[in-house]
Amino acid sequence: MRAFTTHTGVTAALPRVNVDTDQIIPKQFLKRVERTGFGPALFFDWRYQADGSPNPGFELNQPKAAGASILLAGANFGCGSSREHAPWALGEYGFRAILAESFADIFDANCTQNGIVPVRLPASQMTELFRRYELAEGPYELTVSLETLTVTDRAGFSAGFTLDAYRRDSLLAGLDEIGRTLQLDGKIAAYERRRATLLARQAE
Amino acid sequence: MSGRTLCQKVWEAHLVEEPADGPALVYIDLHLVHEVTSPQAFEGLRLAGRAVRRPDLTLATVDHNVPTTDRSLPIADAVSRRQVELLVENAHAYGIELHDLHDPGQGIVHVIGPELGVTQPGMTIVCGDSHTSTHGAFGALAFGIGTSEVEHVLATQTVRFARPRTLEARYVGLPPAGVTAKDLILAFIGRVGTAGAAGHVVEYTGPAVRALSMEGRMTMCNMSIEAGARAGLIAPDETTFAYLMDRPRAPTGKAWTAAVDRWSLLVSDPDAKYDRVVEIDATAIVPQVTWGTNPGMVAGVDGRVPDPAAVADPAEREAATRALSYMGLAAGTPLEGLKIDRVFIGSCTNARIEDLREAARVARGRSVAPGVRAMVVPGSMRVKAQAEREGLDRVFTEAGFEWRNAGCSMCLGMNPDILASGERCAATSNRNFEGRQGKGGRTHLMSPAMAAAAAVTGALTDVRRLEPAAVRTPSAATP
Repeated sequence: MRAFTTHTGVTAALPRVNVDTDQIIPKQFLKRVERTGFGPALFFDWRYQADGSPNPGFELNQPKAAGASILLAGANFGCGSSREHAPWALGEYGFRAILAESFADIFDANCTQNGIVPVRLPASQMTELFRRYELAEGPYELTVSLETLTVTDRAGFSAGFTLDAYRRDSLLAGLDEIGRTLQLDGKIAAYERRRATLLARQAE
Repeated sequence: MSGRTLCQKVWEAHLVEEPADGPALVYIDLHLVHEVTSPQAFEGLRLAGRAVRRPDLTLATVDHNVPTTDRSLPIADAVSRRQVELLVENAHAYGIELHDLHDPGQGIVHVIGPELGVTQPGMTIVCGDSHTSTHGAFGALAFGIGTSEVEHVLATQTVRFARPRTLEARYVGLPPAGVTAKDLILAFIGRVGTAGAAGHVVEYTGPAVRALSMEGRMTMCNMSIEAGARAGLIAPDETTFAYLMDRPRAPTGKAWTAAVDRWSLLVSDPDAKYDRVVEIDATAIVPQVTWGTNPGMVAGVDGRVPDPAAVADPAEREAATRALSYMGLAAGTPLEGLKIDRVFIGSCTNARIEDLREAARVARGRSVAPGVRAMVVPGSMRVKAQAEREGLDRVFTEAGFEWRNAGCSMCLGMNPDILASGERCAATSNRNFEGRQGKGGRTHLMSPAMAAAAAVTGALTDVRRLEPAAVRTPSAATP
């Protein structure tokens, strides 16, 4: 997994609540058997017009959002289907961090599995970020630091966020979670023995 | 020390470790696998040279992509075909039991697990599919996971999860006749909203839940994810045991007795504390229909399309405005009487035998309305065979419904079963998201009986008005 320490980048804003993963990556793109190739299909139905040209009204197609690597999103972002193709598409598009008041649980886990940091901020701070994004005349840059657990801009915005120590460590070091768990093989095998014994005893 | 909830009991019985500063490592008793979310996981294993730790606790089927028409023909879409073939290759390579396209046990993954009796009370179950919550109907803790986690479970038979909070959805009283499990769960989602149960495992309790069949309980738990829940749960009881007895993979003889003894303890203690409790008056629930673009945008069929201007929260108001525009609906329009073009009876939510019986009872002796195209897609080939033994296929085909083979079909439209832009569909599935059933398609979620009523009238219809005498709950039947 790609490590995440501190990232500064251009922001895009999608102030819609309950954006589901069917919107992030529609079903016709789930047939691929690779982890790559999903970036161009991100937000497909919203992003393109019927003739395949970019939809100028869509938030990510705004000039100031060009090259964005940080997404400001509405509450309950990533709800619905468990498809990991959603963070694959977001990551391939270039997003390294997503800031929202809340995330759907499965999507949240899928992001951290792919080196994308889901940053939860209170509604008041999200409102302020959306305001600053709107007011910016050009691209609006933010810095997300997983080392200091802060989000800052160059004009005095600063907010803290939390992420559990396990996931933070994994992201900071870009660790392979499976490799980490396989080191606990002894514990897993002990659990299997314990459980088998218990079930056998109850069956007597 | 106060008592424990059912969720806590199952959770604590599966902890490999639970560190103070991070998620627990939870052992998984059953891992269900399908073709769409597994290829990258198997590829990851292969690249790392890792084995599947417990192929014996893993079960695979093809469902999302498969055609529901003639199966003697190859899958027309080459990319879909490749995905299906790859699951066959992976299952063989890793020694995983597979119910493939031509297997009489093929079906939607959440239909075949219970049908085989592999889904059992007290288990932890995962699948790379959000509707894994279905299995909670048996008192199993069942979570939807992503593909990286699928790979993790294949390699380690465990997954990292934060301890869930618990929510009791307590149904008070019994629902009126003609109100089904689908209506009970849609009413709950409408009440708490599409993110209302986020971070929680929802346990459904009360006499209205106890009175449900296993099929009805699966419908309820299935849609827990539509309220944002991590999982849904219903404590096992005699209904559960009767459903499981004599299933192909259920324990037998002495092991069955021991299992029932063990399963009988899987109830929340009377003094157990939930993190939240939501009370729902079951007596006041009427058949539900969604009007918007998420399952929380729902109302009674006797209601009207709401006015976004009346929504207090600006973000929700904006979402409602967008939804009405997408759905082609004006505020204040009565839901009943809204003309529909398509009907889809199917999905892991409502394609079990009881669902097909309920729909057939409405369809019997009637005809699909002119201009409406209606389709019935059984949840599994076993459900299909059972329905055919009962003659339900003839009821449907004589009424003008299409009778298909098993799969996810038009619930998500990965196979050729999709809506055209602007088409309005009465669907028994679980998601009315924009474009879910086809780009520009407009989905209204409802129960199988309500969908059948829409098919024969050509419009959203209160099934109780259509058939005041025939729709009865089992408890209301004459002794």
